[in-house]
Amino acid sequence: MSGQQFDNKIVQWIDDRLPVFSILKHSAVDYPTPKNLSYWWNFGSLAGVVLVIMLATGIFLAMAYAANTGLAFGAVEHIMRDVNYGWLLRYLHMNGASFFFICVYIHIFRGLYYGSYKAPRELLWAIGLVIYLVMMGTAFMGYVLPWGQMSFWGATVITNLFSAIPVVGDYIVTLLWGGFSVDNPTLNRFFALHYLLPFVILGLVGLHMVALHTTKSNNPLGIDAKGPQDTIPFHPYYTVKDLVGIGVFLLVYLAVVFFAPNFFGEPDNYVPANPLVTPPHIVPEWYFLPFYAILRAIPDKLGGVVAMFGAIIILFFLPWIDSSKVRSAKFRPIFKQVFWIFLIDCLILGYCGSQPPEGDIVVVGRIATAVYFLFFPTLWVLGKVEKPRPLPHSISAPVLKGGAAGHAAQPMEKA
Amino acid sequence: MRKFLTSTLAAALMAVAVPALASEGPKLEHQTWAWNGPFGQYDKAQLRRGFQVFREVCSNCHSMKLVAYRNLEYLGFSDDEVKAIAAEKQVQDGPNDQGDMYQRPARPSDRIVPPFPNDQAARASNNGALPPDLSLMNKARAGGPDYVYGILTNFKDNPPEGVTIPDGMYYNETFPGHAIAMPPPIADDLVTYADGTKATKEQIAKDTVAFLNWAAEPELDQRHSLGIKALIFVFVMTVLFYALKRKIWADVH
Ligand code: HEC
Ligand code: HEM
Repeated sequence: MSGQQFDNKIVQWIDDRLPVFSILKHSAVDYPTPKNLSYWWNFGSLAGVVLVIMLATGIFLAMAYAANTGLAFGAVEHIMRDVNYGWLLRYLHMNGASFFFICVYIHIFRGLYYGSYKAPRELLWAIGLVIYLVMMGTAFMGYVLPWGQMSFWGATVITNLFSAIPVVGDYIVTLLWGGFSVDNPTLNRFFALHYLLPFVILGLVGLHMVALHTTKSNNPLGIDAKGPQDTIPFHPYYTVKDLVGIGVFLLVYLAVVFFAPNFFGEPDNYVPANPLVTPPHIVPEWYFLPFYAILRAIPDKLGGVVAMFGAIIILFFLPWIDSSKVRSAKFRPIFKQVFWIFLIDCLILGYCGSQPPEGDIVVVGRIATAVYFLFFPTLWVLGKVEKPRPLPHSISAPVLKGGAAGHAAQPMEKA
Repeated sequence: MRKFLTSTLAAALMAVAVPALASEGPKLEHQTWAWNGPFGQYDKAQLRRGFQVFREVCSNCHSMKLVAYRNLEYLGFSDDEVKAIAAEKQVQDGPNDQGDMYQRPARPSDRIVPPFPNDQAARASNNGALPPDLSLMNKARAGGPDYVYGILTNFKDNPPEGVTIPDGMYYNETFPGHAIAMPPPIADDLVTYADGTKATKEQIAKDTVAFLNWAAEPELDQRHSLGIKALIFVFVMTVLFYALKRKIWADVH
């Protein structure tokens, strides 16, 4: 990796001793990237941008925050009212969490559609899922910090789930709480972990990048790059394309931060936590809703917890469950339909999770849960029976022919 | 590109529709508020009128513990006016050199002094019901300002057929469950506005809600004006990036 030549003498001197510039040049400048990536490939770098925003705003919030049940709510309001631009820091951080999940969900479904989880990218996919799990833990604990009604009751409901685990369940719950109910020790350990986990995510993102640069990016056609005619250097092509994405992303994100900062929030969280008053509906943050629906779809508590965690764990095995060798849904007519059904099913689950579990919602939630889990065996069968469309010979081939071959004419790949 | 836009739009619509469907409750009439929309700003004269109502009426029962007297300068009160408003209330301070606690008039740096020393005292004076702190009221209820406006204006002297309201409770169409422990707090001509505005019940309600909104979101004016500038900046930046992207990609086929 080292041994590159640089014009600047100081750069050269440093690089001979510590090859940071060589590494940068190798993985962010020269890095050969398929030339047909669509805008769906922007969401990975966008999630990275949000991670940096979260770290930067979070550290400044932590300087004025107090992890104590008697002080936390007031400390957050102190940030909102008295700290210079504290309201901006807090609203960036609070909505940043939602936009982080929006980016990551799009990123994951992009991977599903284009078969990015298949060989040789199984570990890249798995590291992504670990990042997603740690993000969920971080966001859950962050939501507890302002110590409003939803913070307290959300924490109580979710931590209680662990008591369903046989034998060690109660022990785990006591450990999470640091006592016998959600209280000051809980808030303290959640704050400590909420500060720690984002840095764990940062490390995992590093691994994700190493794996990516080893296997290289997938692309909308799902076929391997065959040579230099199929790739372009990352810089300036994808740096500038990522900048366009960042601009559009910031427009949406900042519009929410400045003009509807509580859009994703629950009004109840502006009421200080009160262990004696239970809110009428306890709902988790929107990004947990599909899993909350799966949890409630199973009438048995342990069964529900197993299904909820299973819904994520099963994704780790996707590369081996999907028996088709063809990656991109473009060439898999039936898989394409199944993909959209799965996506809509996840949205239906999210809706069910947001509703009180009564009447039709229970039935719909159960059917949607069944559909969620049926997706996986379907993928296995599909790989055996589906007849894929003919794959183009190379990434440049269909582009050069202008899609004249008929089947390969897809508007998506022209960004 | 077009497919990308339509699917993003569809996803965005879902994101908007799902939480909107999720929040239910009493139907609220939407009022036009001065601060609505990206260009909306508070009307300071209205905030001052609202503060007058709060000071003369609501503050007899409700606290507003997150707002300091000095914050009132934002409504256009002078230093001296704020000092005078604060000095009407006594707060406990100390210990002094003798080690005694003592009472002194409130200062601009003090938070608005609550009407009762603690929740128990507040309940004891209100038939067992606790008048909630109003600092964040407009953010703490679904519907925000429209909800609080509904609470203030939708009292009915006679509940509909078949509905019985317990003693010491009042019928309110907006309140969940309809039986509220707060007596109707406002009526026509309840206050005489310092600026001569006619004090109808609706006017009083609107002004009070505006003041409560400022109490809950004092940063709103600054947030809106900074937001417009930030979005214009990012928009221009994005257009430039896009133009640059077109140029750089022109030779890729
Ligand atoms: C006589 C005492 C009293 C006065 C004066 C009073 N309130 Fe109340 N208020 C109460 C009590 C008691 C409650 C609690 C009601 C309940 O929970 O049933 C309450 C509740 C409320 C609520 C909360 C409703 C909810 O959704 O929980 C609002 C908003 C409110 N008051 C606004 C006002 C405003 C604005 C004024 C001044 C115009 C005012 N109040 C004057 C006693 C009072
Ligand atoms: C992976 C990145 C992160 C995610 C997903 C995340 C998520 C969240 C969420 C959902 C909240 C609740 C927001 C609210 O209702 O106010 C929160 C609050 C908070 N976070 Fe984070 N966070 C992240 C990183 C960080 C970091 C790196 C720090 C500090 C070093 C931090 C410090 C805080 C503090 C102090 C609060 C409480 C203040 C507040 O409520 O605004 N966060 N976080």
